[in-house]
Amino acid sequence: MNEFFEFFSFADANVRYVTLGSVLLAGSSAVVGCFTLLRKRALVGDAVAHAVLPGVCLAFILSGTKNPFILLLGAFITGWISLLTIDFITSRSRIKEDTAIGLVLSVFFGIGIILLTAIQHSGNAAQSGLDKFLFGKAASLVGEDLIAFSLVAVLLLVATLLFYKELTLLCFDQAYAKTIGYPVRALELLLTTLTVFAVVVGIQAVGVVLMAAMLITPAAAARFWTDRLSLMLVLAALIGAFSGVAGAFVSYTAPAMPTGPWIVLIVSMIATLSFAFAPGKGWVSRLLRQRRNKTLILEENLLKLLYQLGEQKQGTLAPHTFQEILERRAIPQKLARTGLRKLGNQGYIEKTPEGWLLTGQGQRRGERVVRLHRLWELYLTQYLHLASDHVHEDAETIEHIITPELEQKLMEELGFPVLDPHSARIP
Amino acid sequence: MILQVENPVVEVHDLTVSYDRKPVLWGIDLTLPAGALVGVIGPNGAGKSTLIKAMMDLLPAGSGYVRIFDKPIGQVRNRISYVPQRESVDWDFPASVFDVVLMGRYGKLGLFKRPRKADKDAAMEALQKVGMQGFANRQISQLSGGQQQRVFLARALAQNADIYFMDEPFAGVDIATETAIIELLRTMREQGKTVIVVHHDLQSATEYFDWVVLLNLRLVASGPTEKILTQQLLEQTYGGKLTVLTKVGELLKKQEFPSRER
Repeated sequence: MNEFFEFFSFADANVRYVTLGSVLLAGSSAVVGCFTLLRKRALVGDAVAHAVLPGVCLAFILSGTKNPFILLLGAFITGWISLLTIDFITSRSRIKEDTAIGLVLSVFFGIGIILLTAIQHSGNAAQSGLDKFLFGKAASLVGEDLIAFSLVAVLLLVATLLFYKELTLLCFDQAYAKTIGYPVRALELLLTTLTVFAVVVGIQAVGVVLMAAMLITPAAAARFWTDRLSLMLVLAALIGAFSGVAGAFVSYTAPAMPTGPWIVLIVSMIATLSFAFAPGKGWVSRLLRQRRNKTLILEENLLKLLYQLGEQKQGTLAPHTFQEILERRAIPQKLARTGLRKLGNQGYIEKTPEGWLLTGQGQRRGERVVRLHRLWELYLTQYLHLASDHVHEDAETIEHIITPELEQKLMEELGFPVLDPHSARIP
Repeated sequence: MILQVENPVVEVHDLTVSYDRKPVLWGIDLTLPAGALVGVIGPNGAGKSTLIKAMMDLLPAGSGYVRIFDKPIGQVRNRISYVPQRESVDWDFPASVFDVVLMGRYGKLGLFKRPRKADKDAAMEALQKVGMQGFANRQISQLSGGQQQRVFLARALAQNADIYFMDEPFAGVDIATETAIIELLRTMREQGKTVIVVHHDLQSATEYFDWVVLLNLRLVASGPTEKILTQQLLEQTYGGKLTVLTKVGELLKKQEFPSRER
């Protein structure tokens, strides 16, 4: 716990730098990732992430230094070559894009690992720390590295905002963008370059292996919460930044731990939570909606039954026993009991010594369900020419979903009918 | 019967378009008059969409050229507007109806510039013209097929162009939308705009268009509707496949042959 306060008091200048760096890196790659995701190029991001490793290693071998700008340049070059290779394979052979991505990813990463191993066994003292590119080490984001990477991150954010309108159109409707005279090829190139840069700056914190998650996961999580692109960018940046800070914290307190996997775990957890709890689209809210539907169907069915029982006795409002209700329709006893109790609480029915009695409102609601049922049956026979013995099942469901406006329309189209196809009166 | 016009708005000269080396349009030669409602008609796979895409340089031409307002398309982009097929985009994209219609102003705005108040007014006006003003803030994934089509149309209207290319605007829309669209197209014609529509329903074609292009891998006919929609020409378009033509096309693809010697 002490470490927690020590870290988040930001008293240590190092902590401040590392945190700032992580926020910038993770945030900027999340923003670029939104467009990568919307353009459905998520896998390409993964390929680029793996393909930068040989670039970093080659840059080190050729220059002999760990100057961040030189390493970035190397990463950028091989990242770009990997993209060109994917495009080349897809356009010049029968191999489809997903296969081409798989091929390029593994070949480039393989070469990268060979080079990295060679460097580690070369006895070059300067090499120590190069392996952090594999799984990331946020805590090493200090000095020159921090300045270099943060600079690129800020540039990324500025470029994305500057081209917000153009990138949006490119992702939504590329053909249209071309017809209004936008330089589509150049914009594609821009987005690709931004993606490569986002990967290149992110690897310091997350490492090449898991970089794709930093690019895509915040965007995917943010998409659950909003239907507005501008808000999605902000949310993705926040989610990215949050996991960046968390990663920096882990890296600071447990130096032996690789940062990347932790960041990825945290951001994936946020994504899972979004998947579960986001309003409307989330899993929980869908479950709730289904539950609501079930309750509605049960309650309306009970009201309908009581109404129909009353109908048999020429519409007199008489109480009906639990047995009577269940005889007319087989509803599981337990369900029926809870349903009745609830309706009682809501004031649609009353319990009398002789059984359950519809109140005035209950009578109205039960009548409406019966009316909708019969109207729908009539509609099916008249407009869809279904046989009258085939329409009941369908009406059982539809009776619960028709809105008052649709009801009005049905009445009009059917000419305010009196009898349903089974010659029962439409109330 | 291929009728040419004086001072055409669109001139297509010897246009051949191939997919993967297989020609899907062979040597199209046609001219279209100004201020007309033009229907491009033919069976499935006849190359109707391909023709208008090639006209707008969305697909590379294997041979030939297209001139619009007597200029190469690159010089008149601000005067043309395109309504793509509804299915060509992902409607789950995080955007509102208004966002999409506003895209119609992007061409005039150019790069970097943010939409101004006047652009937003223009977008709203366009939405009103298609009767969707009440849907401005609706997320596009919640629209019905007909509403999606109207949104695309509004986006094109917001461009305020002189010539419109529409790819199957009547496909899969409800009757109300179809009527609304055709009314709109007629108003546009009265304002002197030229509208080129890919269409698949022969029944309504007579009523909708005043110029018809019949297409089936090659140009069968082009001219005023009453002269073109004849039994004989329709049979030529829809009847009997051109087996040899198709086979030659496939051969070109298989042998990786160019469709023109160069």
